[in-house]
Amino acid sequence: MKVLCGIGGSDDSFRALDRTVERAAVANDDLTIAVVDNEDSSVSPDEVVERAEAAVDEVEIDAEVRRVEGDPGSRLVEIAETEAFEEIVLGGGHTSPMGKITIGSIAEFVLLNAKTSVTLVR
Amino acid sequence: MSDRGYPDAVADEFPPPPTAFTDREDREIEIRPYEGDDEVRESLVEMYDAFDPADRAQGIPPGGEERIREWLDAILGGDCYNVIAWCGDDAAGHATLVPDGDAYELAIFVHQEYQRAGIGTHLIRGLLGHGQANDVEKVWLTVERWNRAAVSLYKKIGFETSDAESFELEMGLRLNADEASAAESGESAAADEPDGDQ
Repeated sequence: MKVLCGIGGSDDSFRALDRTVERAAVANDDLTIAVVDNEDSSVSPDEVVERAEAAVDEVEIDAEVRRVEGDPGSRLVEIAETEAFEEIVLGGGHTSPMGKITIGSIAEFVLLNAKTSVTLVR
Repeated sequence: MSDRGYPDAVADEFPPPPTAFTDREDREIEIRPYEGDDEVRESLVEMYDAFDPADRAQGIPPGGEERIREWLDAILGGDCYNVIAWCGDDAAGHATLVPDGDAYELAIFVHQEYQRAGIGTHLIRGLLGHGQANDVEKVWLTVERWNRAAVSLYKKIGFETSDAESFELEMGLRLNADEASAAESGESAAADEPDGDQ
């Protein structure tokens, strides 16, 4: 399957990265990892790219890691449409000190606007 | 998390627990702070184990006794503030303030048998009174946008929306003046203790 995994440096985005890379190695997915701007993230995009490349190298798959600038939600939806991706994978939400899960505005935009299936990784 | 917004004005004074009242179903309800008692903790486990899954919000309370215990361990810790609504020996509701940097995150749960009887309003006022008495300055929460009953309760209490950009509304309340502004106006926040209702 042709999979687009969008990550911006939040904890849940790294969980989504690890799970998607593992799955791609088993299922032979055609995986692209899009590193997007997330203004709530404390990790810089360059570091996120490094983490993604390291995760890909570790399982020895042939996945592209791509830096994507601009509005994260709309760019992910646009890339999925123009490049015929079949699934978008995102982090499953931020967990507060209380244990409450909140879904951010990027995930909400993608869920409402994508034509592909969207997976949120818990 | 990023910076949160809070109202400039300090909220009203809330009654610190213990308080007691008769609910709209004529049940005698007492609001008391949690003070580390194991039996009380077991009553909360029982309440949450019987909690209607339809009343979960944003993943809490979790399902299953083991996960409920793990969650309670995190939110009943020494740096958190908790109050419980009691109907006799049964926990009817629970509200909590969990520290998050220089502020506290709030959540409140009322067991399905005790909802729509006015307990939530007393419980949240009791929690905020408990927080005020312990010099908590800022409180925030998130609530699902479509949960009108909860949103209107929080607004009635004085919470203001600080972020409405995703599925969950974020709301904030200022319980006590912060130390800097209290010093500026020549007041001591500690000396300004709420009187309470009862």
